[in-house]
Amino acid sequence: MLKLLDGIVELYKKVATSLPPDVEEALKSALSLESGGSTAASSLSVILENIKRARETARPICQDTGVPVFYVKVPFGLSQNELKQTILEATREATQKIPLRPNAVDIITEKNSGDNTGEGFPIIYFEETPSGSLIIDLMLKGGGCENAGQTYKLPLEELGAQRNLEGVRKCVLDAIQKAQGRGCPPYVVGVGIGAAKDQVARLAKEQLMRKLTEVNKVDELAQLEKLILSEINELGIGTMGLGGRTTALGVKVGVNHRHPASYFVDVSLACWAMRRGRLIW
Amino acid sequence: MVEEKRLNLPLSAGDVAGLKAGDMVLLNGKIVTGRDRVHKFLVEKRPGKEDLPFDIAGTVLYHCGPVMKKEADGYQVIAAGPTTSMRVEMYEADVIQQYGLRGVMGKGGMGDKTLRALQESGCVYLQTIGGAAAYLADRIVKTIGSWKLEEFGTTEAMWIFEVKDFPAIVTMDSNGNSLHKEIEAASLLKFKELAHLK
Repeated sequence: MLKLLDGIVELYKKVATSLPPDVEEALKSALSLESGGSTAASSLSVILENIKRARETARPICQDTGVPVFYVKVPFGLSQNELKQTILEATREATQKIPLRPNAVDIITEKNSGDNTGEGFPIIYFEETPSGSLIIDLMLKGGGCENAGQTYKLPLEELGAQRNLEGVRKCVLDAIQKAQGRGCPPYVVGVGIGAAKDQVARLAKEQLMRKLTEVNKVDELAQLEKLILSEINELGIGTMGLGGRTTALGVKVGVNHRHPASYFVDVSLACWAMRRGRLIW
Repeated sequence: MVEEKRLNLPLSAGDVAGLKAGDMVLLNGKIVTGRDRVHKFLVEKRPGKEDLPFDIAGTVLYHCGPVMKKEADGYQVIAAGPTTSMRVEMYEADVIQQYGLRGVMGKGGMGDKTLRALQESGCVYLQTIGGAAAYLADRIVKTIGSWKLEEFGTTEAMWIFEVKDFPAIVTMDSNGNSLHKEIEAASLLKFKELAHLK
């Protein structure tokens, strides 16, 4: 799997050093909404200039090159174990070559492994696909925005949040209000709703892989995404939390069936440097 | 465009008194980095000023864990944006007072304990642009040295950088003003209205 290894190293490089076009476009339109001379306008100009420089010089957009999260769709018959070994090897190589910041820290010894591999690091999710191609999606998820996420168990009296989409709306607004500027807004907001904590956390993060321009196939959720996005932007937190018209670039909601007794909502925030990419093999 | 103030480090008490929340500044001179582990170490072990490789009195402590590349002639900065400052809230007031810092820089702002320390010691909090790591690395003209590199690793070590026109915004000044608090209070009102909360 030598060539695949090179492909994954290239994927790392692309994701760490360039933003997807839909995210860059959304940041450009955010800039056009701010008045000249405001801190939001000047911050967004620097952000756009940074994106350009990082791409042109093949340097990481952000020094926090994050936790690598892989979503791998595997055709029937391909070994997941071999794929995992290839991903780990590619991670070591990418850390050296690009370079990425080593972010994998041992819980007991506090030692940084130095190569971005360790127990459960990177995060890798496998799923079998009926298609003949191997599809590898990669997100580099920064620590600042990961820390700003929240999980809710409904009903929740302090928010007056019932077990319905209206309750979900309140949770998402609460998460943004609590996050303020600490996770580098404008945010991309992933929401997962379902039966169990681990499931909704994964579902919420997976939503961040959807293009900002993509409209939810479920009408009710498409409307909810639109409503929450416009309300988040009414909060006035703005770019880097210093005020402004754009606090989020997009809201994406995913649902699973729930247990009659449970209604979990997870809100996963991505910073403006929403780094994701795909390799088809 | 708002006029930026050019600041030459180290800063005096008088320089700091002249800065107010909302001012855009450009830093010039030597700064140091420090994040979670440096703060914990400074507060728990209390190393003397002479134990540090550089006198940090009057300078700016930057909350940053950069991407560094080892070259034949030393380390090169690849990417160097700010990290979330709030994580070191429990240590910062102590560090400011003990080591005589005139500025701390990061992103997201800090809490009331730090805000009080800024007033008492004559110091400011500066926010620079999160994620703008390549842009900001280009304002670092030289890596002068490091401290605790072996023990803490490249992310958590203290780096001493020479910066030229490094951009930041004063968001918490030495008169008790905090832009972060103002924005949070305003967004809380709006949030309560949207969530139909009292």
